[in-house]
Amino acid sequence: MSDVCIIGAGIHQFGRTDGVSGVDQGVAAVRSALSNAGVEWEDIQFAYGASDAAGNPDTMVDRLGLTGVQFINVRNGCAAGGSALFSAQMAIRSGEYDLGIAVGFDKHPRGAFDAKPAEYGLPEWYGEAGYMVTTQFFAAKIMRYMHLHGLSREALGRVAEKAFLNGAITPHAWRREPIDLETIMQAPMISDPYCKFMFCSPGEGGVALVLASEKKARELGCTPIRLKAATMRTRPPGSFEVFAPSVDIERGGTATGLASKAAFETAGIGPEDIDLAQLQDTECGAEIMHMAENGFCGDGEQEKWLIEGRTRIDGSLPVNTDGGCLACGEPIGASGLRQVYENVIQLRGEAGERQVPDSPKTAYSHVYGAPGVSAVTILER
Amino acid sequence: MRPIAENLFTSEDPPRLIGGRERETGRVVFPLPQGDRYEAYPLSREGTLWSYTIQRFRPKSPPYAGPETFEPWALGYVELPGETIVEARIANVDFDNIEIGMPLQLTVAVLDRPDADTVAIPAFEPAENAA
Repeated sequence: MSDVCIIGAGIHQFGRTDGVSGVDQGVAAVRSALSNAGVEWEDIQFAYGASDAAGNPDTMVDRLGLTGVQFINVRNGCAAGGSALFSAQMAIRSGEYDLGIAVGFDKHPRGAFDAKPAEYGLPEWYGEAGYMVTTQFFAAKIMRYMHLHGLSREALGRVAEKAFLNGAITPHAWRREPIDLETIMQAPMISDPYCKFMFCSPGEGGVALVLASEKKARELGCTPIRLKAATMRTRPPGSFEVFAPSVDIERGGTATGLASKAAFETAGIGPEDIDLAQLQDTECGAEIMHMAENGFCGDGEQEKWLIEGRTRIDGSLPVNTDGGCLACGEPIGASGLRQVYENVIQLRGEAGERQVPDSPKTAYSHVYGAPGVSAVTILER
Repeated sequence: MRPIAENLFTSEDPPRLIGGRERETGRVVFPLPQGDRYEAYPLSREGTLWSYTIQRFRPKSPPYAGPETFEPWALGYVELPGETIVEARIANVDFDNIEIGMPLQLTVAVLDRPDADTVAIPAFEPAENAA
């Protein structure tokens, strides 16, 4: 089967952009991706748009041009961007279309995400007691993982330190200042073992990718990045998810494990073949757990990996080369596509100061979130 | 003192938490879900700490119904052998003495609402407190 190709990538600055709506950040990303691909909006045959909290993506046709284009909105929690990309590549793979767009954007209010018990099928008392707080879950999850696999709190600090180092040299990042390990470790605790530098913040941003069939990419004379796999999975029994008043004693797999396995099977390669990875890091422990869940290392090996700097830009497997969610913030609809954008830029060798050395050929991206969903992509140059 | 919700505690003295047992599979959950799929299943009062964290900032209101003046509290997941792992406050213990694996028993904590209506929520405390 011929590959689906990414021929254009565009991004709107992550962080806070006062006075610019989420949709307009998406529009800016689309314009930038079109120009990057050297095609016009009028050429685009279809679009999938992801947003969680910033309105209906299809309303952007108002700004981009009323061409009558097929435009489908995707709302799928933290996997929204990944789901939009999966759908877009299917539209091409099926033979229905040969040129389209996946776009994701969001704009969340300041502070922690505001979740209500009823939205998760939970009784009101659960919220009254103070449990509708995502940071609690993240903290309890990593506390268990650290206990089981003998990881230190300093490992968490090293992830944050790396994120801010990478963010400092990434133009689209929100946090642009390095923070040293000692400052991170001494910062006030938010939810033990996490301090304030170890969580990402809800933010804003937009990303768009132009996808084409192999034939179309050739016609346009583009040097494509090949999308070797895009998968999305929901949780299996016995996973541990946010807002859980009880958890099964018998522990099971994870949505990430399923999405990762399926992606490697589709791509026909393994974790050892990946040159760089973007792994969901809404908090430091997430990056650590996801290194193992995606098959890059064993449970408990992360401490050594981090001390040796293996996941830094010049390491053997650079992880979150643009600073990830920790440095870019978390606009839900845009995050998964930001990872793919970063991988495209890296594979093209256009990442400037943060460029992974030795011309990487394969790149991996992974998102995970509520209520137990995950999406993975594998790109190849 | 009144419980934060109906159907959380049994009327025994001391009370137990009311979980749910899935009729078809025997899977035990907490709290008891509505509908016919689960039957009421009183949970063990004793367990061990599976994981925990300390809530250091005041959660947003709504939905949080605790007092305006906030004191950090400990939140745990408590494994009840052969049943399930329950999320609840960890009470009557110094934060520094909390350890995964420690034996715990059921008690209640006071949510202490701003309207001065005293409300009881599920909590566990170190088993040795009873000795």
